[in-house]
Amino acid sequence: MQLSREALTVAYTQMRTIREFEERVHKEFATGKIPGFVHLYAGEETSAVGVCMHLNGVDYITSTHRGHGHCIGKGCDVDGMMKEIFGRQGGLCKGKGGSMHIADVGKGMLGANGIVGGGPPLACGAALAAKQRKTNGIAVAFFGDGAFNQGTTLEAMNFASVYQLPVFFVLEDNGYAESTSSDWSIGGHNPVLRARGFGIPGDRVDGHDFFAVYRAANEAIGRIRAGEGPQFLHIEFTRYYGHFEGDAMTYRPPGEVAEERNFLDCLAFFRARVTSGGLLDGAQLDGIDRDTVSRIDAAVAAAKAAPPPAAEELTTDVYKNY
Amino acid sequence: MSRKSFRQALNEAMRQEMERDPSVILLGEDIAGGMGAKGKQDAWGDVLGASKGLLPKFGRERIYDTPISESAFIGAAAGAAINGLRPVAQLMFVDFVGVCGDQIINQIAKFRYMFGGKATTPLVIRTLFGAGTRAASQHSQCLYPVFAHIPGLKVVIPSSPYEAKGLMIQSIQDDDPVIFFEHKAMYDDTEEVPDEPYTIPLGKAKIVREGGDVTIVAIGRMVQFANKAAEALQKNGIACTVIDPRTVSPFDFDTVLKSVRQTGRLVVVDEASPRCNIATDIAAQAAQQAFGALRAPIRMVTPPHTPVPFAPELEDLYIPSVAKIEAAATEAVRYAA
Repeated sequence: MQLSREALTVAYTQMRTIREFEERVHKEFATGKIPGFVHLYAGEETSAVGVCMHLNGVDYITSTHRGHGHCIGKGCDVDGMMKEIFGRQGGLCKGKGGSMHIADVGKGMLGANGIVGGGPPLACGAALAAKQRKTNGIAVAFFGDGAFNQGTTLEAMNFASVYQLPVFFVLEDNGYAESTSSDWSIGGHNPVLRARGFGIPGDRVDGHDFFAVYRAANEAIGRIRAGEGPQFLHIEFTRYYGHFEGDAMTYRPPGEVAEERNFLDCLAFFRARVTSGGLLDGAQLDGIDRDTVSRIDAAVAAAKAAPPPAAEELTTDVYKNY
Repeated sequence: MSRKSFRQALNEAMRQEMERDPSVILLGEDIAGGMGAKGKQDAWGDVLGASKGLLPKFGRERIYDTPISESAFIGAAAGAAINGLRPVAQLMFVDFVGVCGDQIINQIAKFRYMFGGKATTPLVIRTLFGAGTRAASQHSQCLYPVFAHIPGLKVVIPSSPYEAKGLMIQSIQDDDPVIFFEHKAMYDDTEEVPDEPYTIPLGKAKIVREGGDVTIVAIGRMVQFANKAAEALQKNGIACTVIDPRTVSPFDFDTVLKSVRQTGRLVVVDEASPRCNIATDIAAQAAQQAFGALRAPIRMVTPPHTPVPFAPELEDLYIPSVAKIEAAATEAVRYAA
């Protein structure tokens, strides 16, 4: 499957944006400027981008506590995201949600989630609504290897199966549920087989390879749109940072992250592939890199300059009417 | 005796009970950390480090790092408890009860009654709660009123490291299911804590300070806030009694009502959402049983009826403050019918 130059440019720009966004949030968090809990997506860019490139305005996604990448993949505004993460006015959720609850329902991004396994049932509901309203929309449930052991996720898979809902279950297996290895925690050690147990076809891909993820997502989403019911994808990669910012990651062997970054980085892989194949040239990619840095710089500056929410905001938005 | 943090006090309580009683086991997500991973084991000792060091001492036979499956491990802890073990399970954040509520509300709480008194469930569910760490709506709630509402559960809320150790040891030794609330903003608080094991009985309030003008009942972290308010009020000539109930189920209404009968004024400070919380429960009891003694309306200091916001400026407004407690106590004392 050949991607157009435009599609390749979009893919690289999106992945680079996620990477730069996360690296920058990592730095800003270390200075104490970002409150609360932050979970970074760096290292997993292929999933959000490789999947979301097949989505459009009528489609929905549910995300996880590690949700910044999904936001960017689904087209959320990075300025609004950054303001949200800093807890400022103009944030996507008015500064009330923060990193762990970042959402933009209007964009079909139904929220990061503080509850492991909180998203998959919601994705079923979004898919059910799309099916009933005949919008041709689908829902993607992004969830981690930890959530794959939650009852909510397993119930959602069964639910989607029995109703043949247009849901794409995307297991982002970054190797660790907090500090616990996914090699240990997923009983049976075969997520694809587990999905098949629910009657949901699925595949496993190397998440370091954007093209593999893109291709697998394209096929799965094509089947969902053709009315073949829910599909499953197991994406394997690693996270470059801790479970949360501040996690010393002593449970990982020394050098594991450096090795991933040096030899398996998805952006480096993408660059090598497109430049060696003559699809895009290095100078173009360098330009995207520079533009992305400027864009994230501007987002951080705007977030820092934005005022905190007004005191009255404390008691608004609890109900529509009360 | 030495200065210990809230975290160290809990650690010592669990360690001493595990040494004393081989039936005590721990279960929870990352309570040791690094399960199945190739790096260090005991990497976390739970998310805030309260059980760190217990894995090397007691091993995987007694420390169960679990998959992220709250319904399964909370339910398994209960199943083990009615069959001879004394599990201490950690529900990492109390907000996660949304995932495993059935096991706690419909199973654990009901065993003894439904089975005609033939089941005993010596189980502790440790859980983090409370606002103040910018953890936003799904990691900051004070859900203890939900548990206090359920007959069959005991609900313990320590207000300091000393309280945490004594109440934890008692909770582990107790034969009923206990939900043990640990305020995450108190983990680094320190005070003198005895090295040897000791217990604090469940259902017996502590009179933290005595004064004749107004009774302030405060829960968990709010006890510290109430004490600060009482110190400031003392300078303005208002003498406060501060009561720490220690457990909200059972609740020591006798101690509270006795004090209210003496002062004639009651302020209740509760970090939980204002509707149907412990403050309303205490106020209802005082209104029913000490109406004649009341010289002013009962005041409640609580957050507004909203989820916990993320932005620090909003969260600081959300949490009951020392200033709000001072204002409520002053209003009660100055009230003229």
